[in-house]
Amino acid sequence: MSPITNLAREGLNRRQAVALGLGGIAAAMAPLNARATPESARKLLSDMVKTEPKAGKVQIKTQEIAENGNTVPVTITVDSPMTDKDYVKAIHVVADRNPLPGVASFSLNPASGKAEVQFRMRMAETQNIIAVAEMSDGSAWTATREVKVTIGGCGG
Amino acid sequence: MARYRKILVVASTILAAGLAACSEEKPTSTADSGDPLAQYRANPKYAEFMSGEKMSGYVFASPETQAMQDDDFENPGMLAVQDGEAEWNRVDGAAGKSCASCHGDAAQSMKGVAVTYPKFEPKRGKLASIEHRINICRTEHMQAPELKWESKPLLGLTAYVEYQSRGMPINVKIDGPAAPFFEKGKEFYETRRGQMDVSCAHCHVHNAGRNMGVENLSQGQSNGYPTYRLKWQSFGSLHRRFEGCNQEVRAATYPRGSDEYTNLELYVAWRGNGLKSEAPSVRR
Amino acid sequence: MAENVKPRIRVPNNAKRGEVIEIKTLVSHPMESGQRKNAQGQTIPRKIINRMSVTYNGKPVFEAKLEPAISANPYISFFIKATESGELAFAWTDDDGSVYKATQQITVS
Repeated sequence: MSPITNLAREGLNRRQAVALGLGGIAAAMAPLNARATPESARKLLSDMVKTEPKAGKVQIKTQEIAENGNTVPVTITVDSPMTDKDYVKAIHVVADRNPLPGVASFSLNPASGKAEVQFRMRMAETQNIIAVAEMSDGSAWTATREVKVTIGGCGG
Repeated sequence: MARYRKILVVASTILAAGLAACSEEKPTSTADSGDPLAQYRANPKYAEFMSGEKMSGYVFASPETQAMQDDDFENPGMLAVQDGEAEWNRVDGAAGKSCASCHGDAAQSMKGVAVTYPKFEPKRGKLASIEHRINICRTEHMQAPELKWESKPLLGLTAYVEYQSRGMPINVKIDGPAAPFFEKGKEFYETRRGQMDVSCAHCHVHNAGRNMGVENLSQGQSNGYPTYRLKWQSFGSLHRRFEGCNQEVRAATYPRGSDEYTNLELYVAWRGNGLKSEAPSVRR
Repeated sequence: MAENVKPRIRVPNNAKRGEVIEIKTLVSHPMESGQRKNAQGQTIPRKIINRMSVTYNGKPVFEAKLEPAISANPYISFFIKATESGELAFAWTDDDGSVYKATQQITVS
């Protein structure tokens, strides 16, 4: 019995069954290679930033569902006056289910004027982007954002 | 790779049943009835991306992808236009000429040209894409070797020529000597193929605006090609996209630049006659 | 040296003193991740732009360290405070040691 018929028997019409079937496949596609995990991503961040970060001040703006996982635009903004006394020194970005967790690290200083960076990244599957901002006073702040990555409609 | 193949086989089985059923059945729920493209028609920001019933792929893209296309700096396709400009002015071949030697300033000589392609080319006795025509110019007038399809210089030149028609309506002819090739392209478009046993029309005519998974199916228009495709992370031709589409339904593919894809290109372009050329566009 | 790596930068030509302006950069580069395999099943070696450094009249103003998770044809935008007229200098470093450079003048009044 084909999977589509099984789903259809549960009272869904064919179109709904197709959508569910594809969603199920995308979810079941657990990678078999070694990959980043939330633990390894956190470890990479703590290697880079010794201070335990607090939630806040950092905003991650990106797509809820990636148009395509190969090119996902991301904007990171950190709430900071960027003065000589109070500025963002660095922004570190990791992904917790890519083949490797590292994404990028940006160094800023008061000459930056505004703590905002934009870039385009690769995402192998649905996962969290985690950003940590290191401040001039030694404090660290963090935010996390999930991006859903699907296989294209035809498996392409 | 084997893991992906298994998933593709399973996906294709489900898809084959789903899509084959899709085109023949009547909507059974209120969510499903009516015009799935209505949401786009109603949006005034899309007026310039439509022509009657026809809708550019821009309309189906996410706001972030649209923003990437809207800004000439952020559009990675403009890197190809830059390459093309350099190539246009580069002397190549035994005749010691560049494209500019005969055609001068592309902004003048190439304006309105790309939107008439593909067209019947007497030197080939069949249709020519812009790529074919560029190579005819190179071999006959520059005494330079042909550029390989999808190579950086040919993609650049195609992008550069297309760019000179940006904003102009697609305007291909399907009568006269082009007619028999148009018919072949139409037949290709309407023929079921591949393991999934669907035709181009199943997705892009009968189900445009509906979702396949989370992907909203477009009308499959070509007015944005050649395009920077996010999935490819590179700039590519329409024939590369045809190849991808055929692979995705598990059908045999044809070589880029083949008669099959060139005839198909004319049919697809005709489907979009009136839409404004957006090349180089950004697509998913 | 990767062939035909073309950096593009967008810097406003003019700015007011103290104005915070956005700088956009785009460089053509395949950013070979080191994850892909060729038709023979061999891993294609990693080759990416791993760093972009920006100076403003010689002083470092921005640096990005990049990993293979950055998409091909890396686009990076950031901000600077316009303080004086002069030169913005950009350098992209490739894994193979090549450095791609670009400069842009800015007038601050």
